Amino acid sequence: MSLNYPNDVRYAKTDEWARYDGELVVVGVSDYAQDALSDVVFVELPALGDVVAAGDEVVTVESVKAAAEVVTPVSGEVVAVNAALEDTPELINTDPYGEAWFFKVKPSDLSELDALLDAAAYEAYNAEREDH
Amino acid sequence: MADDFIYELSSPGRVGVALPDSDVPETPIPADTLRPELPLPELSEVDVVRHYVRLSTKNYGVDTGFYPLGSCTMKYNPKINEQTARLPGFTNIHPLQDPVTVQGAMQLLYEMQDMLAEISGLDAVTLQPSAGAQGEFTGVLIMRKAQIARGQGHRDKILIPDSAHGTNPASTAMSGLHVVEIASDADGNVDIEQLKAHLDDTVVGLMITNPSTLGLFDQNIVEVCRLVHEAGGLVYGDGANLNAIMGIVRPGDLGIDVMHFNLHKTFSTPHGGGGPGSGPVGVVAELAPFLPAPVVGLSAEGEYEWVWPAQSIGRVRSFHGNFGVIVRAYTYIRMHGAVGLRRVSEDAVLNANYMQARLLELGDYPVPHGDRYCMHEFVAQGKIAGAEGIHTLDIAKRLIDFDYHPPTIYFPLIVPEALMIEPTETESKETLDGFIAALTQIADEARSDPELLHTAPHHAPTRRLDEVRAARQPILAKTSA
Repeated sequence: MSLNYPNDVRYAKTDEWARYDGELVVVGVSDYAQDALSDVVFVELPALGDVVAAGDEVVTVESVKAAAEVVTPVSGEVVAVNAALEDTPELINTDPYGEAWFFKVKPSDLSELDALLDAAAYEAYNAEREDH
Repeated sequence: MADDFIYELSSPGRVGVALPDSDVPETPIPADTLRPELPLPELSEVDVVRHYVRLSTKNYGVDTGFYPLGSCTMKYNPKINEQTARLPGFTNIHPLQDPVTVQGAMQLLYEMQDMLAEISGLDAVTLQPSAGAQGEFTGVLIMRKAQIARGQGHRDKILIPDSAHGTNPASTAMSGLHVVEIASDADGNVDIEQLKAHLDDTVVGLMITNPSTLGLFDQNIVEVCRLVHEAGGLVYGDGANLNAIMGIVRPGDLGIDVMHFNLHKTFSTPHGGGGPGSGPVGVVAELAPFLPAPVVGLSAEGEYEWVWPAQSIGRVRSFHGNFGVIVRAYTYIRMHGAVGLRRVSEDAVLNANYMQARLLELGDYPVPHGDRYCMHEFVAQGKIAGAEGIHTLDIAKRLIDFDYHPPTIYFPLIVPEALMIEPTETESKETLDGFIAALTQIADEARSDPELLHTAPHHAPTRRLDEVRAARQPILAKTSA
């Protein structure tokens, strides 16, 4: 079962992805993360208007195996959250890069995106972790 | 098939007990305290006995089989503990009695405080906390109050290694402090460089589990404690894994300032549904004034008395803790003595290392830190070569068919597909071999017949439960039909 690493997002080593659409940064968790978590049963999202700094824990995800904190890879103001996840957290397992986006940030420092990995580097990083 | 609830077995008017006629005048119950209905089940004695005995046969406990649940120390609970806990001198007293009339019980508590202090190398002990996590909470409150007393009330961070027990961050958050996670290094020890980077004047202290949840003794523990002290912090030692080191090393000698004891793990009192826990907390002399009140003291006249430590954090529980549990644990310590307790830890570590070595030799399950001797437990992985679709959960479910309680799974979080195995000292080599043989057979099945694992268990009272649905759409109360 191979995992999916699309090229249109950038990845944090803590397994979040970020997609810049020219105005906002959309954040979710990677296919690797959802696979490691297994079936997600609960998500707690940030509040609209929260001002967050890169590295802050802003989302809690609970699966049948574990609870995990999701950090925001970029600083800024939370301008949208995906409320659909509260009722249908399974979207994180079925469509991690699409319907299961977590929140959108109006970024205050776009250079933070440069610190993230591209798909190839993130995939290599995961392969290294698996060998460990 | 699911069993009926006892309410469904009820039949109006059926009684199990014949009460004698009252020989005192009846006193009416005030009308405003009466409720119009009290739907209690009505059954005969035999109905009740059969119902609960039948349910008990579906239970799995350490009295029915091997229970290698990592970090839970599911050791055998000697039955003599039950005898002492049932002595009338302990069961027929009340915590509000005049101390003069309960000197025996107080002596037991006093000696228990002393024995735990001796085992841990600490100076003072409270027996109040009801279980491990409440002990942690108590310990963190003590650390915070001690920092305030030092004029360091601005400190608000607790550092917690990622190999610590899962309750440590919760206990910290409950105390209103912030958690900073510290990574483990490649050997499974606390990463010293990361620790140093976080040690500043905002740190209340460090909460460390040693041996860690990787089943490893931190090789730098003395240095870790020294660094934390140097930065003005205190060190909390999570005592959940004390079973590995009794009589061999004392946490206080390593530099630990506060720790809790899990009497229900290390000192053989029933847990995991079998009874309440007990989580006494030990501290160094500097922290003794902050202990929860009351503790038991001994007066100059040789009388046991309740003592309120000068700057106590207050009560953390009603009365004097789970007293019956403390009697059991006291019995266990007295039955073993100092030499026996050391032997307990030696055998617990020997059993775990035997299993780790056997698993390494057989090669079906990776053991990430298998290059080191483990302590009383070790962490393997449910990653069987040639069976990629099989997960730790499937292996755990299949173990139920072999009549074993599965090990702890998916913890610690830092080991993917973790299988955390703690055999305890009370198991024979034959039992350990039997369990290894089952793991080996399951690895073979994983390669030849994976469906057998995906659909396990096959011989348990219920088949694979739908944990996802149970979490997403829980039914928490049985609705009446």
